[in-house]
Amino acid sequence: MLNYEVTFIADPVLSGDEMKKTVQAYSDMLTKEGCSITNSDNVGLRQLAYPINKKNSGIYHCIEFSTESGHIVPSMELALRRDERIMRFLTVRLDRHGVKYNADKRAGKIGKSKKTVEREEEKKKEQLKETRVPVAARKTAEQAAPPAPAAAPTPSTPVAEAADLTKIEGIGPKAAEVLVAAGVVSYTDLKSKSADEIKAILDASDAQLSHLDPSTWSKQAEYAANGEWDALKKWQDELDGGKVSSSEEE
Amino acid sequence: MANKEDIKFLSNPNIGGAQKKYCRFRKFGIRHIDYKDPDFLLQFINEQGKILPRRISGNSLKYQKKVAVAIKRARHLALLPYVTDLLK
Repeated sequence: MLNYEVTFIADPVLSGDEMKKTVQAYSDMLTKEGCSITNSDNVGLRQLAYPINKKNSGIYHCIEFSTESGHIVPSMELALRRDERIMRFLTVRLDRHGVKYNADKRAGKIGKSKKTVEREEEKKKEQLKETRVPVAARKTAEQAAPPAPAAAPTPSTPVAEAADLTKIEGIGPKAAEVLVAAGVVSYTDLKSKSADEIKAILDASDAQLSHLDPSTWSKQAEYAANGEWDALKKWQDELDGGKVSSSEEE
Repeated sequence: MANKEDIKFLSNPNIGGAQKKYCRFRKFGIRHIDYKDPDFLLQFINEQGKILPRRISGNSLKYQKKVAVAIKRARHLALLPYVTDLLK
């Protein structure tokens, strides 16, 4: 199995739709030849370090794919060369370190020390434990003392709910922040949003979250909104990083 | 014979000694150098966009070669300039 990565710079005058079509054309071409695309990352419009074709900016896009043999590369490069929309491209074969680096980068582990990554994972686990208990405790407290909640829970709710969003498998602290900023503060908000709407929110933010797959989030939020934690936990165990795992689809 | 602790120095001998250079890739276990990260590669080029020698950067030979390739790839993709002035 060989891993490749092709980065190309497209003409900056292309609209978003045209750019998507271009990328789709090359992705289709690769998949038709039996390659599996690991990741397709739209880096976006960038200032060029020097002018190319009398243009000072370009749209960068990077496709990472794996294939059994490298026979596709020359024909793909020929297509890229003939394409007027492509200003420049670079195909690179990745060794195992490169593949691991890209995977880590997608998981947000690059740029942090090993200790911080470990600490964050521990914190997440602790948060999960902590938040699960107080929810039940708070409910009993509200039932016991009806007049009190008007004063007590209101200041704490935004914080608590913002933290709670990370309980949905696939939402990290960063994604939760973006969602809260976009007005999605509770499970019921998230439930009412479709996968495409959530995707649009994530794409619009500049935190590079477009790799996340929100297809199951609203379903998960429905469980959470109804307080069915056990059912949610059970379903999350079946999910693979917030996505419906391939074995389930079959 | 006097021990080192017994000798009274006029100035602190621990100050002013040149720190030994090291290869950061070996020290921190960085195995892959990303050509798409120009901010990182900026540490290995001078103001004119030239690749710094190992003598200055302290890289081991293995990683200096990888750095050089990554910088050249970044230049091809217009992430770094080939020639410039006042880059930093």
